Amino acid sequence: MFDLFKTFLQIGLFTFGGGYAMIPLIEKKVVDEKHWVGHEELVDLIAVAQSCPGIFAVNISIFIGYKQRGVWGAFFSTLGACLPSFLIILLIAFAFLQFRDNPWVEKFFKGLRPAVVALIAAPVFRMAKSAKINRYNVWIPIFATFAIWLLGVSPIYIILIAGLGGYAYGQYLRD
Amino acid sequence: MVVLILRLFWTFFLIGLFGFGGGYAMISMIQTEVVTHQHWMTMGQFTDIVAISQSTPGPIGINSATYVGYTAMLNAGYDPAWGILGSFIATFAVVFPSFVLMLIISKFLMKYKNHSAVESTFMGLRPAVVGLLAAAALLLMNEENFGNMSETPWQFWISVAMFCFAMIAHRVYRTNPITIILLCGITGMLLF
Repeated sequence: MFDLFKTFLQIGLFTFGGGYAMIPLIEKKVVDEKHWVGHEELVDLIAVAQSCPGIFAVNISIFIGYKQRGVWGAFFSTLGACLPSFLIILLIAFAFLQFRDNPWVEKFFKGLRPAVVALIAAPVFRMAKSAKINRYNVWIPIFATFAIWLLGVSPIYIILIAGLGGYAYGQYLRD
Repeated sequence: MVVLILRLFWTFFLIGLFGFGGGYAMISMIQTEVVTHQHWMTMGQFTDIVAISQSTPGPIGINSATYVGYTAMLNAGYDPAWGILGSFIATFAVVFPSFVLMLIISKFLMKYKNHSAVESTFMGLRPAVVGLLAAAALLLMNEENFGNMSETPWQFWISVAMFCFAMIAHRVYRTNPITIILLCGITGMLLF
């Protein structure tokens, strides 16, 4: 239980830029080190967390916590994921002006932003493997990427269409 | 005061319940509620909150809920101790709906994981998630994160170098993401 709390505390503390930025760290800590979920399960989990309301990263922590230790596991991993944000924001709210005007802080963030983008881009190909992308379904991620990136389609519609499409295709194969 | 706390709770509860599509989508909901409907703060104050929520660790939704809760109490004339209570209420309220929903869904998923309908649904979902992630990365490759090639070439090329460094360190050497982020942050302090 404490392990869940500690792991998600670390994830919450070192995730800059929200939601997807958490994925590389979750992959490293939760999948590679702790083996709480498999690579393929993580892909499923991202789909579920994305299609549920609420905060993506928190949704992921709830599922993993619940899978490991039931409701209390979910509670402690969520607490771990939220606590750093809560404390850091309070601290900043107390001392807002000093923080904003500090050029060192600004430079620090300028430096880490490209790294965050790289860390989000990096798991794409590994996930493609876990998701069993082949030449018959490779059009799905390509289509999804362009629909979101260039047409500004909300990811929630992509998830809905993909899920319904998969379900319909499964039914069609069985008939 | 009780009215304000109840309003904070209810507003963020609704945002948590209907906030589909991640942090950025949530921010526009929070903005509408907090600035336009409830008048808890000015648009300028809200913009500062968004900027800080984006550049501090943690999910953007949690960061902004915490900050809005605090600011709303202070703007209403209460002292910082009550601000902390406001933060707590807003943060709790924004997490609570998805906590309950995700518990139900997790239970359902673990039970029916091998059911054929669930399996074929995920057959469609999995490739789409790969696209989602790729789009998220592409959307972030913008001027805000990398600078402008002709206006701020120094920042731009250093950012590109940091991007490549982070990619190689992560993919080839399996360096811990925390280490990569700290290294690039410190490099930024020295070079920018």
